[in-house]
Amino acid sequence: MSYSIVDLCVNCHACFDVCPNDAIYKASTQFMINKNKCTECVGDHEDAQCASICPIEGAILTPAGEPANPAGSLTGIPPQKLREVMAEIQAR
Amino acid sequence: MTDMAPQNQALEIPSGGCSSGSCGSSDDAMAHLPESIRERVNNHPCYSEEAHHFYARMHVAVAPACNIQCHYCNRKYDCANESRPGVVSELLTPSQATKKVLAVAANVPQMSVVGIAGPGDPLANPEKTLETFRAIYKEAPDIKLCVSTNGLALPDVVDDLAELNVDHVTITINCVDPKVGAKIYPWIYWENKRIRGEEAAKILIERQQLGLEMLVERGVLVKVNSVMIPGVNDKHLEEVSKIVKAKGAFLHNVMPLIAEPEHGTFYGVMGQRSPNKAELQELQDSCSGDMNMMRHCRQCRADAVGLLGEDRGHEFTMDKVEAMDIDYKQAMEFRAEVHSSIEEQRNAMKKVATVSLDAIGGVKQAQKKTRPVLMAVATEGQGVINQHFGHATEFLVYEASSDGVRFIGPRKVDQYCIGSSECDDGESKLSMNIRTLEGCEAVLCAKIGLEPWGQLEEAGIEPNGEHAYEPIEEAIAAVYLEMVEAGKADIEVETTQKATA
Repeated sequence: MSYSIVDLCVNCHACFDVCPNDAIYKASTQFMINKNKCTECVGDHEDAQCASICPIEGAILTPAGEPANPAGSLTGIPPQKLREVMAEIQAR
Repeated sequence: MTDMAPQNQALEIPSGGCSSGSCGSSDDAMAHLPESIRERVNNHPCYSEEAHHFYARMHVAVAPACNIQCHYCNRKYDCANESRPGVVSELLTPSQATKKVLAVAANVPQMSVVGIAGPGDPLANPEKTLETFRAIYKEAPDIKLCVSTNGLALPDVVDDLAELNVDHVTITINCVDPKVGAKIYPWIYWENKRIRGEEAAKILIERQQLGLEMLVERGVLVKVNSVMIPGVNDKHLEEVSKIVKAKGAFLHNVMPLIAEPEHGTFYGVMGQRSPNKAELQELQDSCSGDMNMMRHCRQCRADAVGLLGEDRGHEFTMDKVEAMDIDYKQAMEFRAEVHSSIEEQRNAMKKVATVSLDAIGGVKQAQKKTRPVLMAVATEGQGVINQHFGHATEFLVYEASSDGVRFIGPRKVDQYCIGSSECDDGESKLSMNIRTLEGCEAVLCAKIGLEPWGQLEEAGIEPNGEHAYEPIEEAIAAVYLEMVEAGKADIEVETTQKATA
């Protein structure tokens, strides 16, 4: 099984630099994970390295397809609050 | 790899009777420094209010990754019209960055300094950052190198930085207490784990302090930046200031938090306010001690190019740079000539007759009770009033009083992008300019149109084009003396504009 990166990726390279398996590569618009190379870091590290350094909530999915870093878990901004403020800005 | 070159050639300028910072501006941030350090920072626009009128800097954005999260930063943000740290338009490889540096150095010869400031943390991308420095050091040894960092990875690369002759490092230190740090940094990536809370802040603080000590030991100049966050670290920063100065930081730069909901940062979304101008000035004053603060700091983008306050990045996008054919050997000779003429100009400016500035002392002696007055200046550099009012994207604010003329800080004409059609909206520029000048009683510029003239007068700000191409402080002193003469600066005179923060 493998972690994966979705199009929320902002191309910051952080995961690319820390992957112990060189499983991460730069695709045309974002970084991707080579399923055949990803080991979920088992044997190398306690935690999946890409998911431990990625700054963008929702950008990396676990092998089960769940966000490794769900909304609010990295920024500390409650998701409901973020929605309210964004709606307010859109309404200006 | 190298034998260490002596200090940057352009720096070895014979100082006349009066070296930078020892006279002239009463607000010169360099005055307290030992001569040896003053020489090293003589042509660094970021460290000297006076030098920043003459020399330009550029940042190259080669370092995208970061190893911590700060509550004032949003890694998703990228807008060409926005100007604040962490924002870039084009990420460069080290070889692209080197090409860009050579192109800018050849075309903007007053550029004296190249910094790597992001958009992530430069030292969290050690290969990219060091490779860029190595190439620039080899191909353009006349350029000074600097780098900024959050400090987490700093101790690991101190020796590399010293070897590459990087002589200025800026560490952003917002706290020395993990309890305060936990409110600023939600997490760090450390030893292959994401660590949160006070534990994370404690590690970060220890690494910052260790890095600071190691740099000072090796003779690398260290500036400390702090972001002032009201209610979070504002009271705490005085202690930070004492500690970092005691450890040998040569400057401490307190900057205001930038936080707007549209930036999508924790502080922006959660409604954390920024300090107002009076609060910032008060903290800067109380932290300054014998060390003046960098009040001319513009909190630049990580890909800014040009004099502080201007950004010529759009002239040097990679497609344009690739099309340029640069003979750097020739450019270096040209640069040396330009730098020596700049030094002549700077020395000449220091010898300019300061008739009005000198006369201000007389106001005090005559025991006239006069109040301080804020005035704004439109300038493109060289320390003179040389910009058309309508072309100004920022104004420099000075305070004139019977004590003399002192620089208060730059004020940008606000242009925050909120990602809608509001960009390029020119019709409200005049009213934005006028709002920017709130609290000022006069604005000095090279020229000004009839329409803004009328509107400024209506707003109680006196437009003044009589001192075009004159040195800034002398011109301000002259205008102040006229006001004193006319009784407009008397202490009891009610003004239409109140000097509020």
